[in-house]
Parts: sequence; structure tokens; C-alpha cells
Amino acid sequence: MRRISQAIRGLLLGFSLTLAAPVFAVQPDEILADPAMEARAREISKDLRCLVCRNENIDESNAELARDLRLLVRERLVEGDSNEEVVDFIVDRYGEFVLLRPTTTGANWLLWAAGPLMLLMAAAMAWAYLRGRARADRPQESALTQDEKDRLRRILED
Amino acid sequence: MITELGHFALVLAFMAAIVQMIVPMVGAHKRWPGWMAVAEPAATLQFLMTAFAFAALMHAFVTSDFSLRVVVLNSHSAKPLLYKISGLWGNHEGSMLLWVLIVSLFGATAAWFGGNLPPTLRARVLAVQAAIGVAFYAFILFTSNPFLRLAVPPFDGEDLNPLLQDPGLAFHPPFLYLGYVGLSMAFSFAVAALIEGRVDAAWARWVRPWTLAAWIFLTIGIALGSWWAYYELGWGGFWFWDPVENASFMPWLLAAALLHSAIVVEKREALKSWTILLAILAFGFSLIGTFIVRSGLLTSVHAFANDPERGVFILIILAAFTGGALMLFAARAGVMEARGVFGMVSRESALVVNNILLAVSSFVIFFGTLWPIVAEMAFDRKLSVGPPFFNSAFTPFMVLLGLVLPIGAMLPWKRGRLGRVAWSLRYVFMLALALALLVWAMQTGRSTLGPVGVFLGAWIVSGAALDLWSRTGRGGNRLGRLVRLPRADWGKAVAHAGLGATLFAIAGLTAWESEDIRVVQLNAPFEVGAYTLTLTKVEQLRGPNYFSTTGTVELARGGRVLSVLHPEKRTYPVAQMPTTEAAIDNGITRDVYVVIGDRQDDGGWAVRTYIKPFANWIWGGAMLMALGGLLSLSDRRFRVAAGARKGAKQAVAAE
Repeated sequence: MRRISQAIRGLLLGFSLTLAAPVFAVQPDEILADPAMEARAREISKDLRCLVCRNENIDESNAELARDLRLLVRERLVEGDSNEEVVDFIVDRYGEFVLLRPTTTGANWLLWAAGPLMLLMAAAMAWAYLRGRARADRPQESALTQDEKDRLRRILED
Repeated sequence: MITELGHFALVLAFMAAIVQMIVPMVGAHKRWPGWMAVAEPAATLQFLMTAFAFAALMHAFVTSDFSLRVVVLNSHSAKPLLYKISGLWGNHEGSMLLWVLIVSLFGATAAWFGGNLPPTLRARVLAVQAAIGVAFYAFILFTSNPFLRLAVPPFDGEDLNPLLQDPGLAFHPPFLYLGYVGLSMAFSFAVAALIEGRVDAAWARWVRPWTLAAWIFLTIGIALGSWWAYYELGWGGFWFWDPVENASFMPWLLAAALLHSAIVVEKREALKSWTILLAILAFGFSLIGTFIVRSGLLTSVHAFANDPERGVFILIILAAFTGGALMLFAARAGVMEARGVFGMVSRESALVVNNILLAVSSFVIFFGTLWPIVAEMAFDRKLSVGPPFFNSAFTPFMVLLGLVLPIGAMLPWKRGRLGRVAWSLRYVFMLALALALLVWAMQTGRSTLGPVGVFLGAWIVSGAALDLWSRTGRGGNRLGRLVRLPRADWGKAVAHAGLGATLFAIAGLTAWESEDIRVVQLNAPFEVGAYTLTLTKVEQLRGPNYFSTTGTVELARGGRVLSVLHPEKRTYPVAQMPTTEAAIDNGITRDVYVVIGDRQDDGGWAVRTYIKPFANWIWGGAMLMALGGLLSLSDRRFRVAAGARKGAKQAVAAE
């Protein structure tokens, strides 16, 4: 029984090996001859999403679509597009979803401003709190009852 | 049979948890000692039953029992034993069982070692912990039962995802879960304290070891995951800002904040309500992580088979616990008035700054992770928020944190003088600046990231060393006193130095990494940086459950062979999936990372070579952070707390 299952498995193995040859991220044949232009292509690729993958940029992805996009980026660059023009070209065809670095247009400003705004708010709140602490009346400490003082001392001694 | 017993044990654990949730809570309210005492045996029983259920499922995986659905979907008889074991939590159902096992383990440990807690607080903590357990037992039993049988068992299993067939799977999830779930203890303590209506220095001292333990586990878990991604995915990335990574990073940041604010509560009886809030949020974010992994709401490389029904169930758990706790917080937070008085420039204030930076940075990640959903629902825009956003929005917070850390760490409690601390750090500052300028001069024309990283690393590490040294006082035998300093002091210095090392390494790796992609002919040497590589042979080999194309690459420098590397390209026929196995020559100052690709038409092979400077420092720094936490955890004041507590207990209960 076991031997049969192994034989079947062996057969299947033979098939799938020919089917599922791994593809590579950036292939040697994709690389442009001009190193400066290639560097620009890599720079652009890192900010573009491989649409069929889960959260990978096209530079790192093994998918066929990512390869097509990489070739497209290089094609546009060779034809003399600036980096922005290449990105616009791709966004026109694939939509905003392709951008890993979200734009600042529309409601997206909120996304970019969220961190700094929150930091300002937190800083203001902390400032108010710390001022309160610094101004807290001295008598408050002596306002502790003897009982509370004992307890505090024991806690601090631990 | 064993499977059915396991299933039954899990139902029993569910029952025990329900009892543990209700009886001690009522007992604590009515001050009935007998009812409160139920918590301890119930917690022990709950843990033992869950452990048995876990062992039963483990048995099914190890013996390849293909009558179980979850084994069929995630295992294969030819899979190596280690991956049969770790395959248990490489899937949704099994990982949830691991999750409740850890929930019950933490509950049981609190029951066993919590003898020094006031009885009402202990009963309430265990009841809240049991409530978390109840929610997840119900989740497992009603939506994701791992013990379901198949009517017609198949011949063999469908194998585990090949990317998961790695020792990384054996360690990464258990550590991560120990961290996530460890935060449930901080949560239970926070909720119990809100019900009690009292938070004081003693409470902070009890809650800190649990938080510290959870944070240590989380640190190790995240570092292991990052290291695993580094060597497994084939291009040496170590952090992708993937939703699930973010889900583990947010609780880590909040737990780090909580650790620091609990110190203020313990030493100065201030920041109480903020600390409670952090404890609730830290666990809330752990639950959000679980929700993200299992709901399919966000696409991620980590997501398990997605099922809306499960997503809704976890969302309900999340809303009930976080929402309920926050409501309780809103109602009761006013009770906790602050006692400590301190000046604007003081250690307390520095810790507030630490908390702001950690909490806001974690908020930025939260916002970025959820923004695609918000944008789609509210503005009908389908967009992505990827690594470029997080790198630019998150990094400034870490730079700020690194800049203020050595100053804040040396400020005295209550009231300090900024000028004085700054003056004592003058040599540290000059050293860091000199190193940064040196690097700046050496690397001409590259990004400023490298020098900034060098500055921060040197500033934090030598600042931590100076902090430790300054605690030895004046006069002779400072070295002797250095060794005898409290472990908490050592822990602080080591953990901070670890952060410095990690920040430096991330900046250095990002700034100075170099890459080479080319077609290589056999036995034709090629140069990458200062190294000469030669592909000497390529073989077709066969592993236990995969086929492999294995290259042999000689790595040499200046004519001397440093090592022989074996990059592989594997095909897992059952799962129909290829993987790349990079070969790495590890070094202190750099890794050489070699990946073999496809055979080209001209008979050569595609080969990718990376030189990754200081890569190991990233995880080395993380391990230092965990070691620092461990040193702190072993500090005398936690170990002696049990004995010293007895005297103080009455006073605490008397209020």
C-alpha cells in the first residue's frame, strides 16, 4: 500500500517539476545597460505594488505580472520619460492601487498629517499634565493622614 | 480515541473557564473567601485540560492521522518530524489551540505564583483572564474546531505550505503568542484594578513582571520572524510593513510604553490612569492582530485561510473586551488621583516623552495599516499604503526617541537640571558626532541615513554605558560597585544598548547594502565588492519531500577562500510550490547572501549576490533588548516581593 502511494507520488513529482519552475525577481536579462537608468528603474520599482501579490513591490516579486511591469518601467525610461511620467503612465493604466507610497491628494492628506497632528495633540496634553504635576501644591503631600503615610512608607520600603 | 478525548478535554476546559469567570468575580464582590478560592483550582484544571487537548492534536499530527481534517490540509506523511510538530500551529485551528493553551498557562501561573496578591484582586484578575479564555474556547469550538473528523480519510495529506517548512515556524509563532497573550495578564490586572477602584505602587509592581515577560517574548518572536523572512524569502528583506507584522509591532511599542509608565506608577504614584489605558490598548492591539490575520480584511503574506464568519466572531470578541474595558475605564479612571509631585524637567517627564513617542508612532502604524479600508469605504478609493509610507512616517519618531533617550535615562527623579545632564553627556555626544562625521567623510555621496544611524547607535550605546558607570558613585572600587549594581540597572543599560545596536544596524544595512545580479558561467569567477565568487557546480538533488537545484559557490577574498556556499532552489511537488533557499556567509561586519536562479539559454545560471553590512546586528540588538528585559525581570525587588508582601498586605486591604 505504502509502496504504491510512493510510486504515485513519484509520478506526480516528475510532472510538477517541469510545470512549476520558479521565476526570479529581477532577471539578468531585464537589466538596462545604462547603470544610471537602471538605478532609476529600481527606485521606481520599489514604490510600485505587484497587483496580484500580497503586499510585495514589483522589484521583489516573482510573479509574471510584476515582470511585465518591470519591463514596462524600463521601456518608458528608455523612451526618455522622467520618473514621474513613468509612474503616471502606470497609474493611468492600473489605478491608484499600484502606488505603495500613497499620494497626498484628497483625503490622503489626513493619512500623512495624522502622525504630526497626533504628536502635537499628545504634546499639548502632556504639557498640561506636567504643569499640573509641577504646580501641585506642596501641602498636598503633608495632607496625607498618618495612616496613609505609613502605608506609603511600607510600599516604598519594599 | 485520543482525538475524541482531546476534544472532550477542550470542552471541559471551556466549562472550567466559565466557572472561573463567574464564581471568583461574584466572590470578590461579596467578600466570600470560599467563592474566591475557586479561581485557583479552576485555573489549574483549565490549563491541564487544554494541555491535554493540545497533546492530543500533537499526537494526531505526529502519527499523521489523516482522518482529521486539519491534519489532511496541513501535513503529509513524508514531511520531516520537526515540521509535523510545528505544522500544528502552522494553520488557523491549531494556532488558536496554541493561543488558548497560552491564555490558560498564564492564568495558571498567576494562580500558582500570585499568593502575594490581595485575595480580591487575585480573584478578579483570574476571573478576567478566564473571560478571555471563555471567548476563545467558544471561538474554537464553534467556528474553528481542530478535532473535526473526515468521513472518508484520504490516502495522504496535502502538505504544509513549503515556506513554513522551516525551523523558524517551530519558534516564531510560539514566542509571538507568548507575547501577545502575555499582554492579556496586563489587561486582566488593569480591568481588575478598575473594578477594585485602586491603583497604587504595589499594583504597578505586580503588573510589571507580567508586562516585562510579555514584552521579552514579543521581542524575541518579532526578531525571529524578521530573521526568518531575511533568510527564507530570497532577497534578504527583514521588515516589510506587512499588516500582520504591523499587528505584532503595535503591541510591542505599546508594551514598551507600558513598561516605562509602570515604573512611574511604581516609584512615583503618577500616570496611573494612563498606565491602565496603555494596558488595555496593548492587549486590544494584540486582539486586532489576531483579527487581521484571520479575517481576510487586509491582504497579507501571513493570512490564514480566510473566513468571514470567523472574522465577525473575533471582531465581536475584540469589541467586547476592548470596548468593555474602555467603558469601565471611562467610568472609573477618575477615582485614581495622582500623588507624586515632580518638576517639568525630571525623569517622570522624560518617561512621559518616551510614552508619547512610542504611543504616537504606534498610532501612525495603526492609521497606515487601516487607511486602505477607510479610503475604500469612505472615499471609494482603492489604494495601497506600503513600506515607503511607513518608512517616512514612522522613522522620525524613532530618531527622536533615540535622541532623547540617553538624556532622559540620566535625569533624576522629581526635579532635575537639563544643563547638568547634558554636560555629563558631553563626551558621549562628541564621540557619537566624531564617528558620524568619520563615516560621512568615508562614504561620500551616499544617503545621510548611514551617518545618522552611526550617530544614534553610538549616542545610545555609550550613553547607556555612562549611565551605568555614573551609578557607581565616586571614589575607589567603582568596578566592584558596578558589578553589584541592581539587576534592574543592568537590564536598563543592556536593553537601551540593544535598541542602539538595532537602530544603527537598520540604518547601516539600508544605506550601505549592495546588490549584484548577473548570469554566471560555471567556474568563471566574478567580483562583487571586495569578494570573488565562483560557481563551481550545480546539482539536481532530492530532499525528503522536495526536489532541489543546488549550486556550489566558492566565496573568496584576496585569493583566500572564506567559505563554500550552497544556494538552493526547491520545488515542493505536493504543495506545487517553489522556494528559494539563500546561502549566507554570516559575518560580524557583513553577510554575503547568495541566491541561485534559473538556468539561462546560454548554459549559465542567474545568480544574485548581496553584501549586507551589519545585518546580524539587527537581531543581535533585539536579543540584547530581550536580555535586558530578562535581567530586569530577575531583579531582587521582584524576587523578594513575595516575602516582603506579607507585612504590607493588611495595609493595602485596609483602605
